[in-house]
Amino acid sequence: MNVPALSIADLTVAYDRLPAVHHLSGSFAPGSLTAIVGPNGAGKSTLLKAIAGLVTPSEGRIEGAAGNIAYLPQLAEIDRGFPIAVIDAVSLGLWREVGLFRAITGDHVKRACAALAAVGLEGFEARQVGTLSAGQLQRALFARLMLQDAGIVLLDEPFAAVDERTTADLMALVKAWHGEGRTVIAVLHDLERVREGFPETLLMAREPIAWDRTENVLTPENLRRARYVSDGWGHAA
Amino acid sequence: MIYDTLIAPFAEYGFMRRALIACLALALGGGPIGTFLVLRRMSLMGDAMAHAILPGAAIGFLVAGLSLWTMSIGGLAAGLTVAILAGLISRVTALREDASLAGFYLISLALGVLIVSTQGSNVDLLHVLFGTILSVTDDALILVASIATLTLVALALIYRPLVIECFDPAFLRATTGGGTVWHFVFLTLVVVNLVAGFQALGTLMALGLMMLPAAAARFWAGAVWSLAALSTVLAFFSGLAGLLISYNFSLPSGPSIILTAGLVYLASIALGTRDSLRTRYFPRAHFHD
Repeated sequence: MNVPALSIADLTVAYDRLPAVHHLSGSFAPGSLTAIVGPNGAGKSTLLKAIAGLVTPSEGRIEGAAGNIAYLPQLAEIDRGFPIAVIDAVSLGLWREVGLFRAITGDHVKRACAALAAVGLEGFEARQVGTLSAGQLQRALFARLMLQDAGIVLLDEPFAAVDERTTADLMALVKAWHGEGRTVIAVLHDLERVREGFPETLLMAREPIAWDRTENVLTPENLRRARYVSDGWGHAA
Repeated sequence: MIYDTLIAPFAEYGFMRRALIACLALALGGGPIGTFLVLRRMSLMGDAMAHAILPGAAIGFLVAGLSLWTMSIGGLAAGLTVAILAGLISRVTALREDASLAGFYLISLALGVLIVSTQGSNVDLLHVLFGTILSVTDDALILVASIATLTLVALALIYRPLVIECFDPAFLRATTGGGTVWHFVFLTLVVVNLVAGFQALGTLMALGLMMLPAAAARFWAGAVWSLAALSTVLAFFSGLAGLLISYNFSLPSGPSIILTAGLVYLASIALGTRDSLRTRYFPRAHFHD
């Protein structure tokens, strides 16, 4: 597996000239496990979207991302009313291998079933996606991430709508990916979980407040400053 | 008796046979296209595009009278122009696609009515608006059948990205860097099928044989392929039944076909096996184990 570091140079992403991410520089080391935290509107999701190539930076560069990223957006962007079976939705993760025209082989199906089993959804293959609970859907999307087999995994609030047990199961998968040497970056709100499970943390409020080992980042002083900077931006706009 | 009512019209009259084959071709292309229109929540956009075709067909009519080819090419050009302009405007400005499409199709429709009413007679206007499935020529049949073939082949080619773009557009953008191209290929197929339909059913009702069966299928089928297959079957059945009703009761054929499709739609809302009124108000007992 090819694991590049991800480096960000003076990144600014603006919506209608109002920056959501403002002059952010730094890098994610190969194989690192990083949490991105910060107040609402701090630009966390925007940063992930910029890394995934879904929004165009107003300034600055992101290097090392091309073609090697698996991105899990927030739940809201999926049409749950669309008639598609769980196994087919999960098999979308094979896109890079099968592309537009190549067939899904028996081997592919086996891997998709194995991924479903790994996230605890054995036996759900033929169910419609619309019948899954929020937690089950999130498990299925994690199975899709596994099939994407990417060096860099971006998770946008992966535990926002799921219960404790699902969170624990999914967190175990995240740790397994970390163990396989993948670079994992997750936007999170639960600081306790970040302290427990994530060695590195980026605390941001449009601007980076701190980006280091988690214990050095999540200090009361830094968290106060993040809130202060975030509010200041609100007034400026 | 049964022979006289159901078989004889087609056995004895060439124009009925041609109309029936036209319905089959329209159903083959329109069934899957209508299914995707419903799944993409674009039903009303389909209606807007059907109206947008009018000025093109009208200009074609001005140039060469009731000519199949000039009216088709004109309609195609007008429909594609409106679809592409609306798509582009919604992507480079803040206006949403439904609003920008409504804007352009209204301009197009007004222009079309203006052209037809100043230059043609009322009879001509009726031809463009309501179609003439009973006077479908061999050339028109070849056109409609070609469009059905093109549609099925194109859909087979873009099926995978089209499904992904409906289900999870963010995933398609993140993995391939774009979903726009598939959207425009699909819009093109919609316009092409509307052009096929307006020969037979007119610009106002061309969408009917796409939308009504697709919306009806929603109450019976639960996968994309079965929705598309059922839409096609229902569309062809509506064509067949509509033609027979029109023949036996001397009613205009276009509205008979669309009204039959409408009856199928209403019956499906009431009686369908999935999320219909029947399943809502007379539910079967839920599972206990």
